[in-house]
Amino acid sequence: MKLLNLIFRNILRHKLRTFLTILGIAIAVLAFGVLRTVVTAWHSGVDAAAADRLITRHAVSFIFPLDYAYKDQIARIPGVETVSWANWFGGVYIDKQKFFARMGVDAETYFDVYDEFQLTPEELKNFKQQRNSCVVGQDLADTYGFKIGEPIVLEGDIYPGQWEFIVRGIYQKKNKSTDGTLMVFHWDYLNENMAQNSPNRASDVGWYIVKIDDPSKAGDISERIDQQFSNSSASTKTETEVAFNQGFLAGFSAMFTAMDVMSFLIVGIIMLVLGNTMIMAARERTREYAVFKALGFTGSHLTKIIMGESLLTSLIGGLLGLGLMVLAVGAFEATLPKGWFPVFQLEPSTIILSILAVIIIGVAAAIFPIQRALSTRITEGFRFVG
Amino acid sequence: MSALIQVKNLSKSYWREKFEIPVLNNISLNIDAGEFLGLMGPSGSGKTTLLNMIAGIDKPSDGEVVVDGNVISGMSESQLAAWRANNVGFVFQFYNLIPVLNAFGNVELPLLLTKLSKAERQQQVETALRIVGLSDRIDHYPKQLSGGQQQRVAIARAIVTDPVILVADEPTGDLDKASAEEILALMERLNKEFEKTIVMVTHDPRAAESASIVHHLDKGDLVKEVVQ
Repeated sequence: MKLLNLIFRNILRHKLRTFLTILGIAIAVLAFGVLRTVVTAWHSGVDAAAADRLITRHAVSFIFPLDYAYKDQIARIPGVETVSWANWFGGVYIDKQKFFARMGVDAETYFDVYDEFQLTPEELKNFKQQRNSCVVGQDLADTYGFKIGEPIVLEGDIYPGQWEFIVRGIYQKKNKSTDGTLMVFHWDYLNENMAQNSPNRASDVGWYIVKIDDPSKAGDISERIDQQFSNSSASTKTETEVAFNQGFLAGFSAMFTAMDVMSFLIVGIIMLVLGNTMIMAARERTREYAVFKALGFTGSHLTKIIMGESLLTSLIGGLLGLGLMVLAVGAFEATLPKGWFPVFQLEPSTIILSILAVIIIGVAAAIFPIQRALSTRITEGFRFVG
Repeated sequence: MSALIQVKNLSKSYWREKFEIPVLNNISLNIDAGEFLGLMGPSGSGKTTLLNMIAGIDKPSDGEVVVDGNVISGMSESQLAAWRANNVGFVFQFYNLIPVLNAFGNVELPLLLTKLSKAERQQQVETALRIVGLSDRIDHYPKQLSGGQQQRVAIARAIVTDPVILVADEPTGDLDKASAEEILALMERLNKEFEKTIVMVTHDPRAAESASIVHHLDKGDLVKEVVQ
């Protein structure tokens, strides 16, 4: 405590240098946090995946359809509780910038399988009753002002034509990591249109969602499903929802690995910046440290003085960076079109990692100056000309 | 009664690469309590080295230094640090004040190593600054003080713990004549009025006149002792 005054005074010794160092740390923490938020947001689909859901898709790629008839065969496999299905619709809402996921789903089973999307019984009943109804997530509704009873018009691309849906439900998220940006409507509505206008695409299913009774049997059940269709025209690949989501992200993995690496490189760079500042400070104060030693201050005292200065500088920069990070992530969240990232929020793990990084930077930057201060003899220190 | 400071057969040499450079050769010296001793000699004669060993900031190659019954030449670094904190006050040629601390903070520094309360520390700092005549400059930073005033703050820092000995290395070397006289008068007062034992290195014969005994060194040997 007695040394705190000295530590504060030392930090304020070169105000511009300290300010620039703190600003550098703050910007680095900000960049680190935003990059990590993007990476974690991108992976949030994997994190939100349930262990008791399997995804059955075409063995070649999920862009190839499966037959509607598969559902009954899958449902007969022991361990399968519910079979639901979905098709990726694509389409454009007003313009291509307003992107969010739109899917045709089995209205009867979809919300049983995805119980993290929470509708009131009345909303669910209304959705099931009306063929051209749709349900949107709360986040999506907030962004575009969708209200119950209002229409949403989409311009189809994979499924050409103009499609009009009536909002009959706005689902709430069960967890913070639940995707609140989906729009789902009746697969039957889609299929009826296909049967009329593109009969060869009728009864196409994008993928099946299979709810199982025991997550530990996921491997066995997946194998049995795939065996069932191994000799059919569209063989399947069944995997857990986690693996499916991971596979979906795999195409972007290089980019996100690069972002991951970059976020840690930023920490390394700022460690060098603070280290350089501390080394300069220690060099300038070689004579002062000799005075301290002559007066009876020990290595432990000098370690506290130097480490305290380094840690305090780093922590001030880190806290400033965290504050900026909260603002920046909030601004990104408000600015980014809903649907780009299902969940874009500052994770506790990012905050903890940032604080840890700041502490590590503070400690590491002080090591060399401390070593120098301790190893310089008093008489050498007095002779030092900085 | 034995002397307060006993320097016994002290030798010191430094190594520069593979060359041994002798600095002090078998020096023996006794300094009584309350004495004001001056060390004079040309540059490189070893006077600062001798002072450093008496103050416990350097160690001899051979021989020993005994201060107030403690063989300081045999102490470890941590023992020496504690010993210096309790027994030695330092006055340097270039004052060596900490620029980010005001006069109060600089004088308080050695007291941070004690168990004194904040109020007790404040009282001692104010007393020390009053003795050196700088009570009105307690909040001033080194850059706001003249050279002579900075040296007086340094002297206040040296006496604030009431040490056994004061060591001064060229305390007037960086000062104008008037300031130097003030500092020497202050040191004489500390010696006579407060009975401080002072060991002072100086080049300046006028400064040496303040000392009661002056030892002359040349090339590492004590060559002359003058009692004044």
